[in-house]
Amino acid sequence: MHPEPRPSIALQDLRNRIHQLEIGGRRAMRVLPFGISEVDGRLPGGGLALRGVHEVAEGGDLGVIHAAAATLFAAGILARMTGPVLWCLRASDLYAPALSQVGLDPNRVIYAEAPDERTLPLLVEEGLRHRGLAAVVGELAKLPMVASRRMQIAAEHSGVTAIILRRWRSPAAAAAEIGQPTAAVTRWRVSALPSSPLPAPGIGRRRWRVELVRCRGGVAGEWDIEGCDEEGRLGLPAHLADGSASRQGTLIEGTARAVGLRFGT
Amino acid sequence: MDAAAHRLGLRRGIPLAHARAKVPGLTIADADPDADAEGLHRLALWALRYSPMVAVDPPDGLWIDITGASHLLGGERPLLDDLISRLAGMGVAARAAVAGTPAAANAIARFGHRPVSVIDDALETVSSLPVAALRLGSKMTVELRRLGFETVGDLEATPRAPLAHRFGTLPGRRLDQVFGRVAEPIVPVVPVETVQARRSLVEPISTAEALQAVIGALVQDLCGQLEQHGLGARTLDLLWHRVDGTMQAIRVGTAKPVRAAPHLTRLLVERIDSVDPGFGIEIAILTATLAEPLSAEEVGRLVAGETDPGTFDEVATIAGLVDVLGNRIGHDRVFRCAPVESDVPERSVTRIPALAPPVPAGWPSKWPRPGRLLTPPEPIETMALMPDHPPMAFTWRGVRRLIKRADGPERIHGEWWRRDREMAAARDYYVVEDHTGERFWLYRSWESSPDTGPMRWFIHGLFG
Repeated sequence: MHPEPRPSIALQDLRNRIHQLEIGGRRAMRVLPFGISEVDGRLPGGGLALRGVHEVAEGGDLGVIHAAAATLFAAGILARMTGPVLWCLRASDLYAPALSQVGLDPNRVIYAEAPDERTLPLLVEEGLRHRGLAAVVGELAKLPMVASRRMQIAAEHSGVTAIILRRWRSPAAAAAEIGQPTAAVTRWRVSALPSSPLPAPGIGRRRWRVELVRCRGGVAGEWDIEGCDEEGRLGLPAHLADGSASRQGTLIEGTARAVGLRFGT
Repeated sequence: MDAAAHRLGLRRGIPLAHARAKVPGLTIADADPDADAEGLHRLALWALRYSPMVAVDPPDGLWIDITGASHLLGGERPLLDDLISRLAGMGVAARAAVAGTPAAANAIARFGHRPVSVIDDALETVSSLPVAALRLGSKMTVELRRLGFETVGDLEATPRAPLAHRFGTLPGRRLDQVFGRVAEPIVPVVPVETVQARRSLVEPISTAEALQAVIGALVQDLCGQLEQHGLGARTLDLLWHRVDGTMQAIRVGTAKPVRAAPHLTRLLVERIDSVDPGFGIEIAILTATLAEPLSAEEVGRLVAGETDPGTFDEVATIAGLVDVLGNRIGHDRVFRCAPVESDVPERSVTRIPALAPPVPAGWPSKWPRPGRLLTPPEPIETMALMPDHPPMAFTWRGVRRLIKRADGPERIHGEWWRRDREMAAARDYYVVEDHTGERFWLYRSWESSPDTGPMRWFIHGLFG
C-alpha cells in the first residue's frame, strides 16, 4: 500500500524536467520568491526566475504613460536582491528618493540616460552581458521579439536579471503595443487600487492589483496585494491573510531541486 | 583686434601715427610673429581635448575636426559654446563656425555675420560671403573685385576655363575645397611625449576585419609601453592615414586608467563603423593622449597576480561597463544619484559619477515621496476648504478627479539663501488619492504669507 504522489509534486517534477531540457541541463534555476504563497505557487521554481527577462507594465490611462506603480513594483524586487543595478531610461522623471523608500539603496543604482529610443535596448543588452550586475532595468516603449530574445539569451548566459518597464506616450500607443508577443519569461501588469483603509483620516498602505499576464511554464493569475514596504516586500491585505493561504516567513533565495519520490509498500 | 580697440577707432593696418593720434598714451610693442606662432601651437595642443585632430591655421586660427566627437559633449552647438566660453575665460576672444568642410568653416568663421555659427548646408551661406573668404591672397582678391566678382557665389557661377586662364588653378581649387568637391588634407598637431604606437602597412587596407587586426596589434604594443611607464590610458586617439592624404580619427575614453588590452581593443573596435577607409588606409597611429598612473588597488591586484589582463573581477567589470556605456552615449549620461542637503524636492537629488565612492547618507525625510516627479510642476485647479485642508477635487490636464483620501500637509519652506524671493515662500504638500486608487502629490504654494496673497495649487508627482 503506497501513498499516491500528490499531483503538485509530480507537476513540479515535470516542470523541472522540462526546464532542464530547455536550458540544456547546464545550470540550476535560481529564483527570488515574493514571500506570498499564492504568487510564488504560480511561478515555476517558486519565485521570480533570476536568469530571465521579466516585463512589467501598468494599467490605467495614467499608468501607461507614467508607470509609477510598476516602477515601485520593480524597485521592490531589486531591493531584495544584492549587487549593483543598471537602470536604463530615456525620460528624466524618475525620482530617486522614492526608490530609496522601498529599500533600493541609491549607491547600488547606476543610471544610463539614452539620447533616443533606439539606443535603449542596446544599453540593456550591454548591461546584461556584465556578470557583475545583479539586474538591469530598461524603460522601453517598444520591445520587438528579436530584441527580447537577445536579452533573454544574454540573461541566461550571465545570470543577470532583466526587468523591462513598459511605458508609452499615450494610451493609444500602449493599446497598439501591449498585445505584441515577447520572449519574456513573465509578464506582469500592476494597477493602482484604493489603499488599505485606516480608522482615522489619512492614507494607508498602498494596494495594487497585480496580474501575472503570462508565465512561461506557469499559470496566469491575478491578486490584490499590498504594495512594497520599506524593504521592498509585498504583503497580503488583512482580509485575505485570514483566509486560506498563510504567508511565508523569511525571504530566501531558493534553489529549485527535483523532488525525490519514494514508493514503499 | 578686439572689441575695445574697435570702439576706440583702431583698425588693422592703419599707420602707427594715426593710431597714436586716435588714442593718446598708446603702448607700443613690437610684433613677435614667432612667439605668436608658438602661442597658437600651444592653443592647438589645448584644443586636443575636443577632438583628436586639431591643426593650426596661421596666423591666428585653428581647425578642429569634430566628426564623431560632438555627441560626447551633447552636440555641435554645446561644443562650440563650451569652446568659446573656455577661450573667453583664458582671455582669448574668438569667432567660430562648424561646417562640413574645413575651407567652409574657415570662411564662415572669419567672414560670416555671426561670431558663432553652426552651418549644416554650406552652399547658401558660403555663396554670400565675400571673395576674400577664399584664401586667395590679397593681390588676387583685389583683382577679382576689380573685375566685378564680389561674392563667392559670383565666382562659382562663372565658367572655370577663362578664370583658370587669367588666375591659374588656385581659385578653382579653393572653390572646390569650400564646397566639398575636393578633400583638403590638414596636418594635425601631435602632442610630444605621449605614448604612441604606429603601424605602417605595406598594402592599404579597407575591410573591417583588417582594421580590427591592426587595432589589436596597436593596442598590444601600446599597453606594453604603458606598462613600462607605469601608466594607464584614459583617452586613446586612433588616427588612420588614407592613401589620398586625408585622415580619419577615433577617440575613446575610460573612467579610470586602464591597461588591459582586451578592454581597450573592444572600446576601439566598437567605433570601427565610423571610419570611412576611402581607397585604403596605409598608416595607423594610436596615441594615449591622456595617460595617468594606475590606481593603487589596480596595481596591487596586478602584483598579487589576481587579475590577468584577460579577465575582470566584479568591481572592474562595473568600471568596464561604465566605460562602454559612456563611450556610446556620452560620459555625462552615465551617473548615480546622491542626496543634496535641501528640503525642496526638485533640488534634493544630484547626479554624481557612476564610479564615485558610495555616499553614506540617504534622504532623511520620512514623508512619502513619489516615484515619478513632474518637471516643472504643473498648475491645477482645485476646490479646497481653507486654510489647511487638502482639496476635495482637482482638475489636471482636463481631467477632474474627486479625492477620497488625503494626507498632509508637509510644509517645505523656500531657501532664502538661494533666491531672495524664496524668503517667505513655502509649499504645503499633500498626498491625495482618488476613488480609483491613483495617488498624486499636490502642493499649495504661496509667496508671502499663507493667509494673504494668491494661492496656487500644483501637481508635482505621481505615486504608485
